[in-house]
Amino acid sequence: MRRFKVFKNLVIDSLDTITKGSRKYHIWMAFLTFVMLVGMYCYSMQLQHGLSVTGMSDRVSWGLYISNFTFLVGVAAAAVMLVMPTYVLKDIDFKQSVIMGEGIAVAALIMCLAFVIADMGGPSVLWHMIPGIGVFNFPNSMLTWDVIVLNGYLFLNLSIPFYILFRRYQGKVPNPKVYIPGAILSVLWAVAIHLVTAFLYQGLQARPFWNNALLGPRFLASAFAAGPALIILVLAVIRSFTSFKIEDKTLNKIAMIVTVAAQINIIMLVSELFKEFYAPTHHSESAYYLFFGLDGKTALLPWIWTAITMNVIATAILTIGKLRKNLKVLYFCCALLFVAIWIEKGFGLIVPGFIPGPYGKIIEYLPTKIEVGVTLGIWAMGAFVFTVLAKTAIGIELGKLRYKKKTS
Amino acid sequence: MSEKKKWYSLDLGLNRKKSDTACGCGKTEGGCGSHKPEMTDDAFLEAAVNASIGEEVRKDGFEQVFDVKMDRRSAFKKLTASLLIGAGAVSTSCSVISGDDTKEKAQIDWEEQFKGNYKLMNDEEKKATVDRLMRSYELRTGKNISMTHENAEEDVLFGYAFNISKCQGYMDCVNACIEENNQDRNSQMQYIRIHEMKDGKGFNFNEADDNYYHEVPAEGHFYMGTQCFHCDNPPCVEVCPVQATWREDDGLVVIDYDWCVGCRYCMAACPYDGRRFNWSKPEVPENEINKNQHYLGNRMRKKGVMEKCTFCVQRSRKGQNPACVEACPTGARIFGNLLDPNSTIRWVLENKKVFRLKEDLGTEPKFWYFMD
Ligand code: SF4
Ligand code: SF4
Repeated sequence: MRRFKVFKNLVIDSLDTITKGSRKYHIWMAFLTFVMLVGMYCYSMQLQHGLSVTGMSDRVSWGLYISNFTFLVGVAAAAVMLVMPTYVLKDIDFKQSVIMGEGIAVAALIMCLAFVIADMGGPSVLWHMIPGIGVFNFPNSMLTWDVIVLNGYLFLNLSIPFYILFRRYQGKVPNPKVYIPGAILSVLWAVAIHLVTAFLYQGLQARPFWNNALLGPRFLASAFAAGPALIILVLAVIRSFTSFKIEDKTLNKIAMIVTVAAQINIIMLVSELFKEFYAPTHHSESAYYLFFGLDGKTALLPWIWTAITMNVIATAILTIGKLRKNLKVLYFCCALLFVAIWIEKGFGLIVPGFIPGPYGKIIEYLPTKIEVGVTLGIWAMGAFVFTVLAKTAIGIELGKLRYKKKTS
Repeated sequence: MSEKKKWYSLDLGLNRKKSDTACGCGKTEGGCGSHKPEMTDDAFLEAAVNASIGEEVRKDGFEQVFDVKMDRRSAFKKLTASLLIGAGAVSTSCSVISGDDTKEKAQIDWEEQFKGNYKLMNDEEKKATVDRLMRSYELRTGKNISMTHENAEEDVLFGYAFNISKCQGYMDCVNACIEENNQDRNSQMQYIRIHEMKDGKGFNFNEADDNYYHEVPAEGHFYMGTQCFHCDNPPCVEVCPVQATWREDDGLVVIDYDWCVGCRYCMAACPYDGRRFNWSKPEVPENEINKNQHYLGNRMRKKGVMEKCTFCVQRSRKGQNPACVEACPTGARIFGNLLDPNSTIRWVLENKKVFRLKEDLGTEPKFWYFMD
């Protein structure tokens, strides 16, 4: 009973914090709400007319939605790079930032689920996927594995920070015996969500571009670069807008993770390029299309070369320790890396899997305005969710939000 | 309804006859509190059905011919109105004023929305859903269709052979297929593709043209048709998260259009470009609809679901040839029972040098090519 009371108070208090803030904060939230509304409008068009309002077709049947989904799974998995040192290796540095990392994971997972739903042809019969009520094709379909691991990860990332914040809210110290096993589990789980998502594509013998053993590991490497890069940027913003203390030491440590992951990612990229272009086979056509274009069809060229350039520049700069320590340079590199990997995982991975088609047909794909609108709307939703979570968490961590002890 | 259900279904009392207790209050006719909002029940249900899954379910494929346009506001409502439809159905079932037809429609809609996967149904349940679909079509259009649900017969395994030497690229098969299978005319969907290839280049699909508009046979070219190959080890079936697509005992790979959630994973998994998706609401002019239908075959589809060649299950299970085989003027297409030693298809497999596409993938297509 008492717990419920505390919880009720927590909700009320956090609602209070969320709705109050500086002018800039209000503008930010209003902006996000506006983008979300635009996204909803676009989605309603899609519901009304069907997926024909998107750029997808029978030849390229997955597009922007699934690309973003794939990328965001990586971002979600990356929160673990902060969890591990803090909870498991008892590295105190990360403690404040880890809650933020988990907040990002939650927001990213919610966006993932939203992207999957946006991609469905029949959202009204999605209950067919609920085990027990519908038919869940487990363990045959990798998609069902993905549903399980994503929801499990969402649960973990909600419950651990909630437990910690809930204790702090009451002015108590969280018990490590409770959250450490959860943290260890979530470390393993993060690897799982990423590997399983890679298997989704890797397991299709019909698409040689994906059917490649390096896909899973490369997913992990790029995720562990893009995710912490985003965390650095978010922490930078929080640092400048709130009184929440984040030390340079923390940022530097995360930067280290980003650097190593980015380096591994580049090594794997080189290995992949070598295989595709040293002894090109019939199966290298997708890669050819991606990097050089086929039959004069070159829609992806500007994207992929921008991504690779950004990726290489960022990795090179980060590798030099002195430059990495300069925060301005670090932020710049993180932004570069984030965008580069977004392109690589989106346009660079999902779309060329379908081109050329099973019989060599080259039909290109370009997202429509409606598709872009829905995508932006979902990103805004993610940012909104994260802002709300972060604001509450910061309030509690700073001690502004506390449960007032009453006699009961 | 059977005792052993493989899925969960809500019983809202819609199955009960009107003379039964139609309302929680115990009275058949009005007089208890819950009968009050009767006057608006009809309108309410209409609105609720329209607003929510209506597009997908109420029309249930049949109404794809009627272009019922919705305004944008109602599209917004769809997001939340699944609950409303339930409430609407309950209140209609309690209502004494609403017309019998409306009530019957509501009942059908409800049962169709929450029916299970066809693959797991027993014969009784299959018959029930087929009857509902036919009745629903009648209620909405005043016209009758015939829909069947024959199961796979024993000792039958369907296979197909394609004679590359004979095909001249007339595309009669394509047209027959479109008409037979009620394919969407708007998006020009076609299950069969005919690839025009250059002589002397071998089977070079990369340079082939599957969308030609000129007189055939074109000089210096040969033709090759592809469609779903009804793989014996179909990757598309493995990946479906809800088992909306499966291999029947006679080897046909089929889809339950009402169970498919439209994720298109199967499309990515198919190495043969066998599947087609309804990107928008499929439309067939009423007078062109083929009314001899099979639940797993050419019945009307709705938007957002997968479909593909079924070897014309509505014909082949009645012992007929698929429409494409019948339509081919050159005799390039051969269809039959692989388990029958006297069938033409067996003769072809035994006496011709046959091959299949992408055999290295281990999908075991039941579609062979050969030359004279
Ligand atoms: S051809 Fe494609 S759709 Fe047909 S059974 Fe094989 S994998 Fe499935
Ligand atoms: S599109 Fe339909 S049939 Fe294909 S995998 Fe998804 S749910 Fe299954």
